[in-house]
Amino acid sequence: MSDLDKISSVFNAKIDTVKTKDDLQNIKTEFFGKNGQITQQFKTLGNLDPEKRKDFASNLNKIKDDLTNQLEQKNIEIETSEINEKLKNEKVDVTLPTRPARLGKIHPVSQVIDEISSIFSEIGFSVAEGPDVETEYNNFTALNTPEEHPARDMHDTFYLEENKKLLLRTHTSPVQIRTMLASKPPFKIIVPGRTYRCDSDQTHAPMFHQLEGLHIDKGITMGHLKGCLDYFIKEFFEVKNVKMRFRPSHFPFTEPSAEVDIRYKIEKGKIVIGEGDKWLEVLGCGMVHPNVLKNVKIDTKKYQGFAFGIGIDRLAMLKYGINDLRAFFEADYRWLSHFGFDPLDVPTNYRGLSK
Amino acid sequence: MIITIPWLKEHLKTAAKENEIIDQLTNIGLEVEAIKENSGEMGKFKIAKVLKAEKHPNADKLKVCDVTIGGKEILKVVCGAPNAREGLITIYAPPGAVIPKTNFELKVAKIRGVESKGMLCSESELNLSNESEGIIELKNNEKEIGKSYFKGSSQRAIDISITPNRADCLGIRGIARDLSSAGVGKLIQPIRKKIKQNTKHQVKTSIAKEKSQGCYIFGSCYIKNITNKESPEWLKNKLIALGLKPISAVVDITNYVMFDLNRPLHAYDSDKINKEIIVRNAKEGEIFDALDKKKYKLKKDMCVISDKSGVLGLGGIIGGTTTSTELETKNILLEAAYFSPSSIRKTARELNINTDAKYRFERGIDPNSIKEGLELATELILKICGGEASKFKIVGKTNKKNKIINFQVEKFEKLIGVSITAKEIDKILSSLGFKCKKNQKSLKIEVPSWRPDVSLDEDLIEELIRIKGFDNIKLIEPSKNRTQDTLNFKQKLFHLSQRSLASKGYMEIVTWSFTDSKIDKLFSKGEKEIPILNPISSDLNVLRRSIFSNLAFYLKKNQDRGYEDLSLFEIGPTFFGKNPGEQQIVVGGLKSGKINRKSWLDKERDVDVFDIKSDTIKTLIELGIEEKYLFVSDNTKHSYHPGRSGSITLKSEKGPHLAYFGEIHPAIIKNLDYKDNNIFGFEIFLKNIPEPNKKLRLSKKSFQASDYQKSERDFAFVIDKIFKIGALEKIISEVDESLIQKVSTFDIYEGENIPKDKKSVAINVTLQAVDKTLTENDLDEISKKIIDTVSKKTGATIRS
Repeated sequence: MSDLDKISSVFNAKIDTVKTKDDLQNIKTEFFGKNGQITQQFKTLGNLDPEKRKDFASNLNKIKDDLTNQLEQKNIEIETSEINEKLKNEKVDVTLPTRPARLGKIHPVSQVIDEISSIFSEIGFSVAEGPDVETEYNNFTALNTPEEHPARDMHDTFYLEENKKLLLRTHTSPVQIRTMLASKPPFKIIVPGRTYRCDSDQTHAPMFHQLEGLHIDKGITMGHLKGCLDYFIKEFFEVKNVKMRFRPSHFPFTEPSAEVDIRYKIEKGKIVIGEGDKWLEVLGCGMVHPNVLKNVKIDTKKYQGFAFGIGIDRLAMLKYGINDLRAFFEADYRWLSHFGFDPLDVPTNYRGLSK
Repeated sequence: MIITIPWLKEHLKTAAKENEIIDQLTNIGLEVEAIKENSGEMGKFKIAKVLKAEKHPNADKLKVCDVTIGGKEILKVVCGAPNAREGLITIYAPPGAVIPKTNFELKVAKIRGVESKGMLCSESELNLSNESEGIIELKNNEKEIGKSYFKGSSQRAIDISITPNRADCLGIRGIARDLSSAGVGKLIQPIRKKIKQNTKHQVKTSIAKEKSQGCYIFGSCYIKNITNKESPEWLKNKLIALGLKPISAVVDITNYVMFDLNRPLHAYDSDKINKEIIVRNAKEGEIFDALDKKKYKLKKDMCVISDKSGVLGLGGIIGGTTTSTELETKNILLEAAYFSPSSIRKTARELNINTDAKYRFERGIDPNSIKEGLELATELILKICGGEASKFKIVGKTNKKNKIINFQVEKFEKLIGVSITAKEIDKILSSLGFKCKKNQKSLKIEVPSWRPDVSLDEDLIEELIRIKGFDNIKLIEPSKNRTQDTLNFKQKLFHLSQRSLASKGYMEIVTWSFTDSKIDKLFSKGEKEIPILNPISSDLNVLRRSIFSNLAFYLKKNQDRGYEDLSLFEIGPTFFGKNPGEQQIVVGGLKSGKINRKSWLDKERDVDVFDIKSDTIKTLIELGIEEKYLFVSDNTKHSYHPGRSGSITLKSEKGPHLAYFGEIHPAIIKNLDYKDNNIFGFEIFLKNIPEPNKKLRLSKKSFQASDYQKSERDFAFVIDKIFKIGALEKIISEVDESLIQKVSTFDIYEGENIPKDKKSVAINVTLQAVDKTLTENDLDEISKKIIDTVSKKTGATIRS
C-alpha cells in the first residue's frame, strides 16, 4: 500500500467518526494543516525525480480533491444537522393569538352610496351635492310646492329661523335647483346626501339619506325614466329579473308622477327581491314639472326630463337584511362590526358590487 | 279614505270581483293601503246595559258593574269610566274580543282582586273617534240589547291613500268615476227625485264683504217640522262600516253625503240661530265653543259662521255647540258652502283641529256641488225625518267658469314616449268628466269643477297615462356612455378618506348633523351656536360646530356598552353659520384605550399622541399629499390637551390647515365622564387639501436609483430643550439634498451630564450618492458640514 493510499484509508476511517465542527477542524488540521499529512506529501514533491513526480503529483491532487470534497460534504452534513437541531428548539405554538388589532369597517350607508355611484357612473351620471341647510325657496318654492303644503309645517321640517326662510333640507331635490341654476342643460346627475324631517320612531329617523336623480336633455321621455330605473334596480339588487310596476302618484315637482314597486317574497326569513307575490315600494319619480324648469330658466320647449328620489337607508336595509333604521345612527360597535364592510370591498363594475 | 264595495257599487255598475277592483284602484293611483276585515271579529262587540254600578272595594276610581247582554247571565265587569252608571246602554266586549285600537285580546282577569269578564268600551278604543273620556253612551232602545253593534260591517273596509291633488276622490262617487274610466264598470247616473220645496226660507244668510274672506259661496236649505231620530239600519251600518259613529238621522245624513259625494254639509238647529247667518271674519280673541267640547280663542281673519249673538261655527272645519242639532230639534238650516283651501288650512293649523270636513275643504271641494249636496241631503231628511223644505238659497260667487286647456295631441308622445290618438284622449278624459272638443290641430278640453288640480298640459298627460296604464310605456335601455367624471376631486377625497381610515382600524359611524348644545359647546372654537327652532328633542337642539360633538358622545356610549380600545370615525358636515353653504366636510376620528391589551407577545401600553399622529399623517399621504409637504407644528386648539396635540399644515406653518391631532382636553374628558380617559382625536379638513393641477403620473420625477453603496452616520447633538426635533431634522435634510437620503431621530436624552436647559438628540443620517460610492473623505466632509450647519443654525454642539 502506498503512502497515499494509507493516508486515504486513515482519513476515511476518521471522517466517519466526525460529529462536530471541532472534530472537523481537527481532522482538517491533521491532513491539511501546516504539518498535515497531505501538506507533508506536497512538500516531498520537490525531492522526487521528474519522472515520478508527475504521476505522484497527479495522484496526490486526486486524493487531495477527494479528501477536500469529503470534508466539504461533512461540513454540510454537520451544518444541516446543527440547523435541524437548532430549529427543533425553536418551535413555537402557532395557534397562539396574534397581536390584538382594531378592525375598521365602512358604514352600510357609505357602502351603498358607493354602489349606487358605481351603477349610475356606468350610464353617464355624475355626482352632485348641495348644502344641508337650505333656503325655503330651493327646498319648496322652486320645486313647485304650494305655500300651504303640509310638508312646510313645523312638525315636518326643521327650521332655523322663525320666519321659516332657512331649514334643514327635507329632500335632496333642492340640489336639482342649485345644479340647474348654476349651469346649462343637459343635466345628468345623482345626488346622494343627508336629509332631515321632524320624525322619529321605529321606521323614521330625524335624519336619513336620499338619492336624487335628474336627467334633463332634449327628448328625454318617461320611457327613458323607466329604462333607467329598471337598470338601476337590477344592478343594485344584483338580480337578472325584477318585476317592477309604476303606480300613479303625486309629487309637487313632477308631472306625471309615479311610485315604483318591485316584487318580493320572504324565503326562510330572508327577503328575495325581484319575484314573489308581494309589492314593495322603493322610490318615487316622474317627469320634471314644467314649473320647476321655468323656475330655473330652462326652455321647456327644448328641454325636458325625469327626476327620482330613493331612500338610501331603506335600500341598504333591503339589500343587506337590516331591520331597524334607527340602528344606522346609533354607532353601536357590535352593529357596525356586523353590518359594516371591509375597506377593501370597493364596489366596482368589473369585480361586482358586493362580495 | 275608507270605502266599502257595496257602497261603491251604488255608483258603479260592475261585474268585477272585489280583488280586481282593489288591484285597479292601486293601478290608477288610488293606492289601497289596507283592507280591514271586519267580519266575525267585530261581531263580538254587543250592545249592553249596565244594571248596577258599585264602587270597587279596593280602588276609588273603579266600579264593578253588573252588565246584561240580554240573556239570564249577569256579567261582572270592572270599569274605570266616570260615566259608568245604572241604566246606561253601551258597548260590551267579551273575553276573546280584540280591541281595535290596541289590537289587544281581552281575557278574563282579576282587577284589584275582583274578576272582570270583558270590558265596556270607549269610542276611542273602538276607533270610532278620539273620545276616550268615559264609555260610549248609546241611545238605542232596550230591544237591541245583546245584538252586535257592528252588524253592517261584515263587509270589508278598503282604506285608500288619496294623494293631496285628488280631492275629488274623497267621496265614493269620485272613486267610482275613476274606476269606470279605467274600465271597471259603468258610472251610474243618479236619479234624483224632485223634492217639494214649498216652505219659505226663514233665515237670512249673507257673506260679509271683507278682505281675505275665506267663504266664497254659502248655500242653504231651511227644513221645518222634522222628527229627528235614530237613523235607520241601512244608514247606521254604512257609517259604522266606515268607522263613524251614528249620532242622529240629521247628522248621519250630512256625514253620508260628505262621504258619498265629497260634499261636506252642516246642519244647524235654526231655532237656536239668533236672527240671521253672517259669514264673516272672526274678531281677535273671539271665543267659540266647538262640537269637540273645546273652547277656541279665535284670531282675526278666521272665517266664521255667525249670528247676531256670536260664532256658530268655524266655516268648513267644525260646528259649534250653541246651534247643534239634537234629537228634539224641529227646524233646521242645512248648510252647503265653499271655503278657500288656504283659509281652511291656515285656521285649522293655528287652532290644531282636524276634522273630515277640514280635510276635504283644504284639498279643494267642487264648488258646483252645493246644489247636489243640498238636494241629496234634503231628500233623505224628508224621507227619514219628514218635514217641509224651502227652496235653496245660494249667496256668493256662483258663476265661476270651468278652465279650458288647448291640448296638442303630440305632446303626450313627446313626454311619455308612446303615442295616443285623439279618439283615445277623448274617451279617457270624457269618462273622467272632462269635455273634449276637436279643433284643427288640438283638443279644446274643459276641466270639470271637481278637478282643481288640473290646469296644464302635463296634468292632462298624467290623467291620460294614469288611465291608459304605465305598463304601456316601453322602457328605453340607458346608453352606457360617460361624458363627464362621476366624482369630482373633493368627492374622491371623501370616499378615499373613508376607506383610508377604515383600513387603519377605525369604525365608520354616521350620526345626526345636529347635536346636544352642551357637548357642542365643549368642542366649538367660539363660533356662534346654530340652534334648531323646532328640535326633535332638547338634546339634539343645535347644528354641530365640531365633528367631535357626536363622536365623543358615541365613544362614551360604546365604552358604556363595555367596549375598550375603540377607534371611531365620521366624515360629514360641520357648520360655522346658519346660512346655506356655511358648512364644511370634516373627517374626525377618536381613538381610545390601549395598544396590545392583554397580549402575550408585547407589552401593553396606552394609545398615545404618536399613534394618532401616525394615523393622521398616513391618511393625509393616502389622500395624495407627499409626506415632505406635511408641516407639523404644535399649534393647537382648546379642545385638545395643550401639550400633547398639534397641527398639520401644507408645506409651512402658514400653509393651508390640513389637520389637528392630539389628546382630547382632560377637562372635556372629565366633563363627559368617560370610563376610559385615554382619548385621542384628529380632524382633517378636506376643503384645505389642494387639488393637484396634474395627474400624479405627470408630476412624478423620472425614476432614479443609485447602485452605489449607502452609508450611515450617527450624530448626537446637545441642543436647547425647547428646540423642535422636526425643525432639527429639516435643517439636516437640507444640508445636501442630493446626498442625504434619510434623517431619523432614534434617541432623546435629558438628565445627567446634560445641562438642565438642554437635551441630547441622537440622529441617524443615511447618505448615498447617485454617481459613486462615498469615500471616507466624502463622508467626513458631509458630516462636518452637517455639524457646522446645525451648530450655526441652532447653537447645538456635538456631544463628545
